Amino acid sequence: MASRPKLSGLQRQVLGLYREFLRAARLKEPEERLRIESIVSAEFRQNAMNVDRKNFLYIEYLLRRGKKQLEQLKSPDTLRLSTMEVGKTPQ
Amino acid sequence: MAAARVLFRRGSAVARGLLPTNSPPATAAASSAALLLQAQPHSSQTDSAAAAAKPKRTKTFSIYRWNPDHPEKPQLQHYEIDLGECGPMVLDALIKIKNEMDPSLTFRRSCREGICGSCAMNIDGDNGLACLTKIPSSSAATTITPLPHMYVIKDLVVDMTNFYSQYKSVEPWLKRKDPPPTPGKEIPQSKKDRAKLDGMYECILCACCSTSCPSYWWNPEAYLGPAALLHAHRWIQDSRDQYTKERLDAVNDEFKLYRCHTIMNCAHACPKGLNPAKQIESIKKLQLQ
Repeated sequence: MASRPKLSGLQRQVLGLYREFLRAARLKEPEERLRIESIVSAEFRQNAMNVDRKNFLYIEYLLRRGKKQLEQLKSPDTLRLSTMEVGKTPQ
Repeated sequence: MAAARVLFRRGSAVARGLLPTNSPPATAAASSAALLLQAQPHSSQTDSAAAAAKPKRTKTFSIYRWNPDHPEKPQLQHYEIDLGECGPMVLDALIKIKNEMDPSLTFRRSCREGICGSCAMNIDGDNGLACLTKIPSSSAATTITPLPHMYVIKDLVVDMTNFYSQYKSVEPWLKRKDPPPTPGKEIPQSKKDRAKLDGMYECILCACCSTSCPSYWWNPEAYLGPAALLHAHRWIQDSRDQYTKERLDAVNDEFKLYRCHTIMNCAHACPKGLNPAKQIESIKKLQLQ
């Protein structure tokens, strides 16, 4: 039985936020759900790679921003999630 | 009162001590210094010429900078401004900096006459509206930081979500049990009843009071704060509102109301000259009846 690494409070908050996003995605249409899950996990993975793990100020900022976005996603009026890259011409 | 002021001052002094005061490397401030040199090439030699030309009154503004797109530690950035070419208010200086020196400086502003409450910030340790605060005449640098103990979104812009949700929680609208006396018409009110709302309806929700309150700093979520309580009292006092008792019960809470320890920073900070502490006192008195 492999023991899990002990997580810090901040890490648990981030994982909790991720779980909440997946839960919120479950409320949407199946096709959209897959899209939302891929966008959300890409965002989390990218930040996990790029953000300095000791930059608490920034991680807390991202958590607050994520919570706001989660609240918007939870609303039944929100049907889908999409992303765009600034500075690139759409194909 | 005096003790509270000391506490408040110390808070800002600590903030100033914590922030590294790096000048921006070869950016706006540097280029403006170059401009200054060009304008007065021989200032040390030609005294009469310098006196004939308008003497430049420059002032340094140290402004809190933090950008989530470049998540380094927050810094104080220095900008030097010629007061002769700038309006009298701090907001004029900020707009001048944004227009002419550094377009990346971010702050909220709208009406520039103290009615929208957007440009609330901490200027030299005191909360206030930038549009109603005169640029201090002293030659020392003026420090501008976001409202204390609020989450920063960028530079001087803070997250007001919690503040607004607390305002929403006091249900700031007219609630009636009976229909109006004349169907489809407004509910009349005597001049005397209307006068009770003076000193409360003027609040513009700029958050200067709440963010100056040490008690609100320690319990920002549980304690409603001076602004929300002032609005609660505004509806409790309204003669047309018929949910006075329910409203009183809703705020009758150890944290929501009784975290006010009459520190009175709110009355000092309010840019509209209101006294939230007095209104909170009035709610406490009504609770005892």
